[in-house]
Amino acid sequence: MELTEFIIKTITILVVFVLTLVIAMYSTWGERKVAGFIQDRMGPNRAGPGGLLQPLADAGKMFFKEDFIPALANKWLFISGPSLAMLTALLASAVIPFGSTFRYGGVEVVLQGVESNIGILYVFGVVALGVYGIMIGGWASNNKFSLLGAIRAASQNISYEVAMGLSLIAILMMSSSLSLGDIVAQQHGGNWNIFYQPLGFIIFLTCSFAECNRVPFDLPECETELVGGYHTEYGSMKLGFYLFAEYINMFVSSAIISVLYFGGYNYPGMDWVYNQLTASLGTTTGHNIATLIGTGVFFGKALFFIFFYMWVRWTLPRFRYDQLMNLGWKKLIPLAIFNIIITGASVLFLKPFITALLK
Amino acid sequence: MNPTLSFFYFLSFLTVLSALMVILSKNPIHSVLYLILTFFTLSGHYILLNAQFLAAVNIIVYAGAIMVLFLFVIMFLNVKDIHEESKNSLTKIAAAIVGGTVFVILFGAYRKTIIAPADPNTFDSQVGMIESLGKLLFREYLLPFELASILLLVAMVGAVMLGKREIGERHF
Repeated sequence: MELTEFIIKTITILVVFVLTLVIAMYSTWGERKVAGFIQDRMGPNRAGPGGLLQPLADAGKMFFKEDFIPALANKWLFISGPSLAMLTALLASAVIPFGSTFRYGGVEVVLQGVESNIGILYVFGVVALGVYGIMIGGWASNNKFSLLGAIRAASQNISYEVAMGLSLIAILMMSSSLSLGDIVAQQHGGNWNIFYQPLGFIIFLTCSFAECNRVPFDLPECETELVGGYHTEYGSMKLGFYLFAEYINMFVSSAIISVLYFGGYNYPGMDWVYNQLTASLGTTTGHNIATLIGTGVFFGKALFFIFFYMWVRWTLPRFRYDQLMNLGWKKLIPLAIFNIIITGASVLFLKPFITALLK
Repeated sequence: MNPTLSFFYFLSFLTVLSALMVILSKNPIHSVLYLILTFFTLSGHYILLNAQFLAAVNIIVYAGAIMVLFLFVIMFLNVKDIHEESKNSLTKIAAAIVGGTVFVILFGAYRKTIIAPADPNTFDSQVGMIESLGKLLFREYLLPFELASILLLVAMVGAVMLGKREIGERHF
């Protein structure tokens, strides 16, 4: 029994891993297509139908380029920088609940890599570690511009982490659980957190833009001031890893946003669909198909947020660095604290009042 | 040997090794990175003790925030150049004597301590989980918890006051 559980878990984790990589890979293609659409041009259309093989072509090019390490760079740290960036980006997808359960031969398999009762804290910890890949890489390049770019990226990340954590606290006060599985299950039946936490959602979204180093917060890369930022000295697949980690982070943060605020795999009319399916197809097949629909809905939400990232990237101009710091420390953090106080007051006073009113 | 025990020995070996490397490595950046590794292995120990919350918070606070600031400072200061000349033999001997004395005292103290064996019948494996920790903190230890939070708030206000630009100070 323990061995089958182990095998099932291994397969689930592998599936989650592969899915994350594939989605991140095709986000690079999607980004160019969206950019092409917004700028009224075609986007990639040479490699395969509709340019679908473009990510493979890019990866092939990256792998076959010369793998160059500067003479005065710290060799081990230079290599470990991009590896750490990839590692921390991929770690976070382990606790995301992709769907409810699969039934097969009396065994229920949860569509989640690891169900942990500190799920959201784990994500937060992994996000906090994302800084190291950038800082180590930037320092090991032995280049002033790389170091300055790394410091910039790291200080931006740790500044916005504070507001991000504070906006999460409001969610945790409502759900009184840190497990992502529980948080999703509580949003069943149209009870999505976005309706209770609009302000928290906006703060979280802004912070996740900053954490992923996306426009309008893509300050670490700045040609006029910093050459290429922390990856100035990088080339070939090491550069590819840095760029790829950004897309993985985008997918992970989109998934986290849809889990925390948009009900994850829940959708309106879910119970009706479930009852219809189980009545017509039996409790096993019907349940599995309902789960598949839920997972599809979840990926739909996550992909929408990836699209939203791209939409913003090709629409808005970027901030200046002092504006970014002012926004993070002087606007978002007080707003997040305000949000916590409001949430606390509502949970304490408004909720009993409304439940009494509804009875 | 059961897997938990062998894992414990592996983690302990890694912890001691990385802690030693913190003081043995010449480059301060390497020292900081080994210190981060030490925090990770300590978190591994917390997970072995079924204290997941403590493990996560250890990573978030130490590895995620404090060590990043350490790295910041060391990267900016470039300590390597100043470092070498201050190491004459007198400081080395003095440090060895002090460190050795502390080691001997600690070793003697730990050798005499008796650790109460856990009773498997009354042992609650869920004691380190976040639910029981939260209940304990907000019921029995509410006053110390609140006092600690006030202390942290005061420290934060102090840091802001120190970092604040005075009126008329140069804007660089």
